[in-house]
Amino acid sequence: MSLNNPFDPNVILHSGCSCGQHGSQAEHELEETEALNRRVIETTVMRALFPQDAERRRFLSTVGASTAWAAISSLIPFGALEAMAQEKGSLEKKDLKIGFIPITCASPLIMAEPLGFYKKEGLNVSMMKTAGWALIRDKVLNKEYDASHMLAPMPLAISMGVGSNASPTSVMTIQNINGQAIVLAPKHKNNRDPKNWKGFKFAIPFEFSIHNMLLRYYLAEHGINPDTDVQLRVVPPPEMVANLRAGNIDGFLGPDPVNQRAVYDEVGFIHILSREIWDGHPCCSFAIPAEFIKQNPNTFAALYRSILKAAAMARDPKNRSIMAEVLAPANYLNQPKAVLEQVLTGKFADGLGNVKNVPERVDYDPFPWYSMAYWILSQMKRWGYIKGEVKYKDIAEKVYLLTDARKYMTEVGMTPPKESMKKFKVMGKEFDPLKADAYVDSFAIKKV
Amino acid sequence: MPSKLSLHAALISILIFAIFLGAWQLATQPKESSALAGADAEYAALMGKGAEKTDGFPPPVKVARAFVEYLSDPFYDKGPNDKGIGIQLAHSLGRVGLGFLLAVVVALPLGFAIGMSPLLFRAFNPFIQVLKPISPLAWMPLALYSLKDSSISGIFVIFICSIWPMLINTAFGVASVRRDWINVARTLEVNPLRKAFLVILPAAAPTILTGMRISMGIAWLVIVAAEMLVGGTGIGYFVWNEWNNLALPNVIFAVVMIGLVGMVLDMFFGWLQKLVTYRE
Repeated sequence: MSLNNPFDPNVILHSGCSCGQHGSQAEHELEETEALNRRVIETTVMRALFPQDAERRRFLSTVGASTAWAAISSLIPFGALEAMAQEKGSLEKKDLKIGFIPITCASPLIMAEPLGFYKKEGLNVSMMKTAGWALIRDKVLNKEYDASHMLAPMPLAISMGVGSNASPTSVMTIQNINGQAIVLAPKHKNNRDPKNWKGFKFAIPFEFSIHNMLLRYYLAEHGINPDTDVQLRVVPPPEMVANLRAGNIDGFLGPDPVNQRAVYDEVGFIHILSREIWDGHPCCSFAIPAEFIKQNPNTFAALYRSILKAAAMARDPKNRSIMAEVLAPANYLNQPKAVLEQVLTGKFADGLGNVKNVPERVDYDPFPWYSMAYWILSQMKRWGYIKGEVKYKDIAEKVYLLTDARKYMTEVGMTPPKESMKKFKVMGKEFDPLKADAYVDSFAIKKV
Repeated sequence: MPSKLSLHAALISILIFAIFLGAWQLATQPKESSALAGADAEYAALMGKGAEKTDGFPPPVKVARAFVEYLSDPFYDKGPNDKGIGIQLAHSLGRVGLGFLLAVVVALPLGFAIGMSPLLFRAFNPFIQVLKPISPLAWMPLALYSLKDSSISGIFVIFICSIWPMLINTAFGVASVRRDWINVARTLEVNPLRKAFLVILPAAAPTILTGMRISMGIAWLVIVAAEMLVGGTGIGYFVWNEWNNLALPNVIFAVVMIGLVGMVLDMFFGWLQKLVTYRE
């Protein structure tokens, strides 16, 4: 910017930019650069597709510019090209702290570090192991962590201000689907029918966890009221095995590798895998405060690409054995490799003398379906965590960043689903997201 | 004969330790597990049979191996969640030191004031009595919520737990300086500041240092628990991380290290106490 003429009576006095639409000249220039970048790429592509000017003009005038744009962008990933063309320097924040709980649900976001996915996007990420979910919530709210591994229901609860101050938090991706299990102490080997479980003490990782919702659902379907007939205790996942060994609890619905670890240490057996309750249920998510997205849009995009790439890597069954090896050391999960391998490959000992082979025991589908949020909200309403009318659509669409996920999945070469909602079955009962309230009312055991 | 006495005492100490190790070894003799002998080989492999496993209470040899392993490389740094024992202890000591210093800065002047003035003593007494018995960890959720930083919260917890013994002992020490000495000072028309530093402080110093010694002991007890809660770094986090993995030899190693460091801290304050003690 040149020096202003001091004798100019019409000089712009406010501190904004020259066009007046941005907060500062720097922002104005940044947007201009980005627009220019986009233009350059689009021009290059168009000229490559239609080398002759006359032909290009004819094409554009027949189909119209917007149709042409749509047709071409479906073939050519403009977004990805643009991202590639952008300088790394445009990242607003490079040093990030990301929290995680040492469980296999966190595999993609952890794996992104040793695989260099964060580095490739120019991010310098420190992975911070954390002692429990309440602490994860507090550290994210306190801005000690920029983004974090969270249970899928947590961002919904935090955004609504249930169990904490309301603070808009978004789900970028689902970390994992399935991959949990109900584990019981060996003394209940011959007591597998949930109808006889009155008086049991169960551990769950957190109130706002899919584990809590699934266990409650499972018990209620068998006629056990989870609020009055059994005790549900919040125990951080890593401490579940120690508690089961000590006999403080009869069982838990916990994350892996904790379930397999209980089997490995001969203090429990796997009663059922969580996919037998709801196949394809979300478990953990990658969450980020809405404020961070607003302040650091480019960092947010870079982070999105890196965790999506990691998810794509983690989905491939071929990589699972290597993942077990990388995740085992003390810096990450701190678990025996033998345990992790059983969890990730799905070939495992169930603690009752059988070897089971369930390759889909855990999967890493990152797509944040709105219908998942609808179901979680319906269960939060069912068990009295949220009172009154629930605005399913508003909350789900605000918290679950499905549109962004779709955009960045396309950018990194994945194929996101076209629809945003789907019906699914939980223990044989169909859930239609559009009739969530009727679904809640249809249960005999609830606390509304 | 003190030297003969201490020699005997040392011999008995070694004997007790040897008996303890022997009993430990006997109690943790590896048992032949026959429960799965009939099961098929694949299942046994998945259950980690044959491989070295962490089941049962570890025998002394395994714990000794943990000692050698960690002490041979105390300052390694393999990322934010896996650091050597030396670095972890330094983090814990840093937190304790900072919290303790803050407590000294507040407790000594306040204790002095309370000890010198019966009015202030009575005014402050109810608050001290209510706040003193609160477990320092009970402050943790409040601290985390209001201070919005986990490491500052850890330091705050150390501060709040180490302030009371120091405050009470300082007040008590100052209040119970012999009247004769104060009276002599008054007769000689010593100004108040001089009186405080040259008469009361030396007289009360042994009591004050006893308070500091107790405080330091409590602070070291609390830091382990606090770090297990907040995590990140420190010896408490180390214990928690190894507990996750049910790696008991490492936990035992950490427990012994905590004991040793605590002992050194206590000996240091014992030495300071001796320095300021006077004979009448």
